[in-house]
Amino acid sequence: MWFAYLKDMIMNQKTIQVDALESEAIYILREVVAQFEKPVLLFSGGKDSITLVRLAQKAFYPAKIPFPLMHIDTGHNFPETIEFRDRLTKELGVELIVRNVQDNIDNGSVKEETGKYASRNMLQTETLLDAIEEFGFDACIGGARRDEEKARAKERIFSVRDDFGQWDEKNQRPEVFDMLNGKIDLGQNVRVFPISNWTELDVWSYIEKEAIEIPSIYFAHKRNIFYRDGFIWSADDAVVYRDEEEEVVEQMVRFRTVGDMSCTAAVLSDAVDIAKVVEEIRDSSISERGARIDDKRSEAAMEKRKQQGYF
Amino acid sequence: MNVLKIATAGSVDDGKSTLIGRILYDTKSLTDDKLTAIEEKSKQRGFDYLDFSLATDGLIAEREQGITIDVAHIYFSTRKKSFIIADTPGHVEYTRNMVTGASTAQASIVLIDARNGVVEQTYRHFFINNLLRIKDVVIAINKMDLVDFSEEKYNTIKGEIEYLASKSGYKNQQLTFIPLSALQGDNVVDKSENTPWYTGETLLHHLENLQATDINEVSQVRFPVQTVIRPKTAEFHDFRGYAGKIYGGDLEVGDEISVLPSQTKSKIKTIHFFDTEYLKAKNGSSVTITLEDNVNVSRGDMLVKVAEQPTVTKQLNATVCWMDKEPLQASQKYYIKHGVNDAQAKITQLSSIIKTDFSGKIDNPTALKLNEIGDIQLKLSKPLLVDAYNKNKSNGSFILINPKTNNTVGVGFIR
Repeated sequence: MWFAYLKDMIMNQKTIQVDALESEAIYILREVVAQFEKPVLLFSGGKDSITLVRLAQKAFYPAKIPFPLMHIDTGHNFPETIEFRDRLTKELGVELIVRNVQDNIDNGSVKEETGKYASRNMLQTETLLDAIEEFGFDACIGGARRDEEKARAKERIFSVRDDFGQWDEKNQRPEVFDMLNGKIDLGQNVRVFPISNWTELDVWSYIEKEAIEIPSIYFAHKRNIFYRDGFIWSADDAVVYRDEEEEVVEQMVRFRTVGDMSCTAAVLSDAVDIAKVVEEIRDSSISERGARIDDKRSEAAMEKRKQQGYF
Repeated sequence: MNVLKIATAGSVDDGKSTLIGRILYDTKSLTDDKLTAIEEKSKQRGFDYLDFSLATDGLIAEREQGITIDVAHIYFSTRKKSFIIADTPGHVEYTRNMVTGASTAQASIVLIDARNGVVEQTYRHFFINNLLRIKDVVIAINKMDLVDFSEEKYNTIKGEIEYLASKSGYKNQQLTFIPLSALQGDNVVDKSENTPWYTGETLLHHLENLQATDINEVSQVRFPVQTVIRPKTAEFHDFRGYAGKIYGGDLEVGDEISVLPSQTKSKIKTIHFFDTEYLKAKNGSSVTITLEDNVNVSRGDMLVKVAEQPTVTKQLNATVCWMDKEPLQASQKYYIKHGVNDAQAKITQLSSIIKTDFSGKIDNPTALKLNEIGDIQLKLSKPLLVDAYNKNKSNGSFILINPKTNNTVGVGFIR
């Protein structure tokens, strides 16, 4: 009797039930490697792409991640993010490709926005499409989630794009069961979203459970900030435009997303560690993209950007 | 991260948007900025109620036309569980979307307006739940406030659905009838005082309390190999692992397995998940498996237990739901994707169109059009390792791809 009990106890410790969302993401990443010639993981240094990197590690262990990471650098990233990016890729021994929005500005293929709300967020698209063509990537893995925004909620896991990176939202392939149709013509590419079905809370809970390191700006810290249009803007960074009459104060803040500095607002927070962040997200009454100024341009801002090839 | 995927279908008139809105609102899943946006837009359009469809109709065309074109995914969670609702329009021209939404669902909600009872749309929704063999189905009898919370009305509708179920071929389906008012919140999250005669759970409690056995059928275990992992490093020089997801059961170290289609026999040597080895892996887990013997295994091959063989065949009989504007016709050729395996397929026969309102079949049609469901026969370019859909869902389904457009044009259920 006690022997059976003991055996059961040992067996239970040695039994694995992979979480449904994690198992789904790993399945998707493996399909990418099996179905495409030249995949790449789009890495922004944000929590979602960091989560993707951990999932890719798990999917192919003990082999290395079988595709490079690519960062489209707006030049307006938080320095903490860049430092983190370089350290992580070095530790993993994966190839890191960086392409700069500044190069597209310099060669005249895009024009820098001007004025109070100028942001380089939109300009990333051109640099991304150039890089896809330069390397001949046929699958770009990204950390977008359906719960982020209602146009993203309509996105497929394998999302086919044409030469111009365009998203044809009314003509998407149905995705039934977990079968993923990656058949494309030459020149087309597929955007792949393995954590489509995760919520912001799922991502944070995963980071906590797995003890994954993330850039420090996700945690509450003292920062010089100023208020505009109900948003909290960072005053420490030269790329954020500030009127002289906009008063700078020091407060405890953290960032919920780490996009381009010029369009990412901070939130007041006391969450100095991961457990407190998870608790804060659980009880939050403001959505994640509520602090993304680029989404506030119009109700259809995201859908329009996506049609033009934005991530 | 315990997640339950739920399918709903139905029109705005049934109060579906109101129900979803109510669930989001009562579980405090609607954030202030989203709620404010809905309030503003509702007012702007001259509604005197909150139009929760504004939260889910994500495309410009959908908002312009006030219709839902695509499957919308809605996410919310309680302390017990996370939920994903795949929400689809219930009309006949959206059968494709209903099938898509229901294909990944573990439970389903059929909404009925208590005033109107069972209508054509209810039949269709019920039909699709049966076709896809969704085990847990909630019949949500809504707008009970408009029929004075009448137990008699509730029982009449319950009787009609039970009669329908008695004729269905899927006997294990669990039906749960819940009288509710989405508008006023009765029996959605909190138990209603207006229905003292109803002793069952509220909708949310029912969904929260569902166990794996309530949503999964017992079936034989299948391990389709997605990719072979060969690190070729000094530390893992001879490592040859088969990466895939386990469907239908559990696998253990020492299990005697057959590698299909070669029929080579071997034993499971190790089961890996990331950097840890396990003795046993449960249904639904994406793992990596190594075998005792050095056998030839590649993508598309399948590991099964020796005593639990699937059918190896170059011919299929299947029910298909057609998803493309260009109709299916006999003698056409497609790619078939069965799990992670691919082949070419030729339609050898289009036997019938099945009417989704339970009114029968049309025999020997010339074509199967968008949103129609029919029975077909297929000839394959190579043998596939299949089960009947009613024996194993993942190994009993496939998609058809048009070789000219690369689009997914149909989904099939093997008979």
